[in-house]
Amino acid sequence: MSKRVLAVDDSKTMRDMVSFTLKREGFDVVEAEDGVAAIEKSADGAYDLVISDVNMPRMDGITLVGKLRQDPKFRATPILILTTEADQEKKAAGKAAGATGWIVKPFDPDQLIGVVKRVCR
Amino acid sequence: MNDFEQFKQTFFDECEELLQQFEDVAGTLQAGANDPAGLDDMFRSVHSIKAGAGAFKFDRLVKFAHELENVMDRVRSGRMELAEGDPEFIMQAGDVLQDLVAAARSGVEATAGLEDEALARLQAMLAGGAAQPAAPAQMESAGEAGSGDFRIHFRPHRAMYETANEPQLLFHALAVLGELTAKADLSKLPELAKMQPDEGYVSWQMELRGAPGLAEIEEVFEFVEGDCDLTFEPLAAAPDVAEEPAAVEAGPVDTPEAKPAAKTENSGPAAVQSTSIRVELERVDQLVDMVGELVIAQAMALDSLSELVDIRHVKQLQALEDLTMRTRQLQEGVMAVRMQPLKALFQRFPRIVRDLSRKLGKSVRLELDGEATEVDKTIIEELSDPLTHMIRNCMDHGLETPEDRLAAGKPEQGVVRLSAEHRNGRILIRVSDDGRGLNPEKVFNKAVENGLVDADAELSKEEIEALIFMPGFSTAAEISDVSGRGVGMDVVRRNIQKLGGRVTVESTEGEGSTFTLALPLTLAVLDGMLVSVAGERYVVPLSAIVETVCPDASAIRALPEGGTVMPLRGETIRLIDLCQSMNLSRLGQPEPLRKLAVIVETEFGRRVGLVVDELLGQQQVVIKSLEANYRRIEGVAGTAILGDGRVRLILDIDGLATMPVRNPDARPQDGDTANSEEATGGLSA
Repeated sequence: MSKRVLAVDDSKTMRDMVSFTLKREGFDVVEAEDGVAAIEKSADGAYDLVISDVNMPRMDGITLVGKLRQDPKFRATPILILTTEADQEKKAAGKAAGATGWIVKPFDPDQLIGVVKRVCR
Repeated sequence: MNDFEQFKQTFFDECEELLQQFEDVAGTLQAGANDPAGLDDMFRSVHSIKAGAGAFKFDRLVKFAHELENVMDRVRSGRMELAEGDPEFIMQAGDVLQDLVAAARSGVEATAGLEDEALARLQAMLAGGAAQPAAPAQMESAGEAGSGDFRIHFRPHRAMYETANEPQLLFHALAVLGELTAKADLSKLPELAKMQPDEGYVSWQMELRGAPGLAEIEEVFEFVEGDCDLTFEPLAAAPDVAEEPAAVEAGPVDTPEAKPAAKTENSGPAAVQSTSIRVELERVDQLVDMVGELVIAQAMALDSLSELVDIRHVKQLQALEDLTMRTRQLQEGVMAVRMQPLKALFQRFPRIVRDLSRKLGKSVRLELDGEATEVDKTIIEELSDPLTHMIRNCMDHGLETPEDRLAAGKPEQGVVRLSAEHRNGRILIRVSDDGRGLNPEKVFNKAVENGLVDADAELSKEEIEALIFMPGFSTAAEISDVSGRGVGMDVVRRNIQKLGGRVTVESTEGEGSTFTLALPLTLAVLDGMLVSVAGERYVVPLSAIVETVCPDASAIRALPEGGTVMPLRGETIRLIDLCQSMNLSRLGQPEPLRKLAVIVETEFGRRVGLVVDELLGQQQVVIKSLEANYRRIEGVAGTAILGDGRVRLILDIDGLATMPVRNPDARPQDGDTANSEEATGGLSA
């Protein structure tokens, strides 16, 4: 069974890129456009990986990570946040909230897959 | 990176929305405190543009967006306050951003230095503000250490497991870098009963041989730095792997993974899919075209089977009727896809009004209403210029200066109102102001001055007001750089007419003016009246028809300069003989005086009568451009394919009304002096 990924980003371009790259690697990708939508989608079962943007309307990525970590289903699920190079604060905040790691934007497919493989079996 | 090229279109489409979002809020910014939600939106817009631009390597765009993002981040987090003049600058910065996006989209390098000034100011703002909190120190890198063999001691803390990082995956990643051997230290493992699933009991001693460098190794541990004890040391020539309390191969060490069974009550609602999809306009247009063809085919079927009106074919007729209804529904459905709310268009205006009010030194409030009204996308695009011009006009010429307003007992702040609504299958857009209104006398004098009307002409108030739409009329006594760019209301009128609409003005002196645009909902179909003239059939746009009368032959008068007129309830209506205008042969046709006059109103508000033989009925037709397929013909707005399969011309009422009179009766008699005063006859002929 292929692995399920929850890809969360308010930018369709980013969602498309993440989705495209992961699907090509055989993942099942479920997309959500912000934290609130991601929480809704998290209710319908377990995921093998979550990739989330940080800056989003309604609920940002850091809050989302914190909330998902509270959910027993997601306790051991790797969660990556999408951040920009310089944003050490975001990385630290993400980590504090329970993020497994981060993907630095902009990324190319190989970089994305490289990071995913470091956190996802 | 080429894999992502396919997403460029999505990115640019998204940029449009993001830029709009940015601009919407930018238009409301003020010095000092601002709405936090709006600032968040602005920040996110720039952030998303930057992120996407990075993926496509639009470096200039990335650089500029980066600085703008930083400024917006500080403003939204309260670390920077907008000073006087900053809101305007932010808007300009938004423009620069837009230009850079446009350049990226077109693939043409943006003008050199385009963003330099704004970039410098952004950087100055950042430098002047509170110093950015120092970024946490980067992981100290033994950096220079070249490739080689390393010993790694690794002892995860509980926190590492809590973020779902798994040692095993790190080992896999290390194994990719070189030859890895690892030994686990299990000495700290408690008894099973006391074991906490995510406590870090195990540590590892590893040797990695042939690694490319320390930086690569550090990268593997990037996410767990701080959540583990981690040391690296270059391996001595003689590796010493002696200290091994209870060595175990590192392979299948299962990380404690407390995975409680998924809650079953959460089997949950099906994923809520997003409620819209993005479709290229071209595809929609193709669909509209195809449905148009279907409508024609259906009409043809109906036409050719109309002789079946017979009890024996009642089933077939019912089926046909059903098909007709479904076709109409399908057509409406497809048309609806092209419909968009006017919101996106209307939202450009607060900013225009703001900029202009500053420039003019007039305080103006813009009121918007009916932004949710949906209109065909093509029409929306074409409305931007005319509406901008009309709003500028209202502010420049309509609204008085604050002093004049106070003197007139009006509030100092002027009001410009932009509203939209659907009415009778058309959309009405109104631009109104509470300014000085049109002064009929001034307008009339101006028109006389410019040779548009005779000084002794007697015109009603409405007719005088309509003069402002005449080419060559300029309401501004002096041309200002605001609205007098050689573009007048005549251009507005022409643009609106091109869309199949009309523009009118109502004004009360001292109280203000209201310009009303009446537009069709779509450009693709037209409700038409089919008429016949000399055996030919034409389509008259239904929206232009006022009434149809059977003129009393004795009341029709010939004019000295050619052409005929008839009285209609006290008004004199010029008659246009389609037979002549379309160069049709009158042989064997009914006498002109037994014809019908279809009274139509031109966009100019003037009424003329089209003389036709017969009214054949109302029909919705799909408009096909004549210019695109043949060439422009005077008096013809386009073509339509009717149910009989034949192409019919759709008449251009304004074109016909302004065509020179071709009077075959006048010409042979009087040669080139057909228009001269000497031509005999007159209204009393």
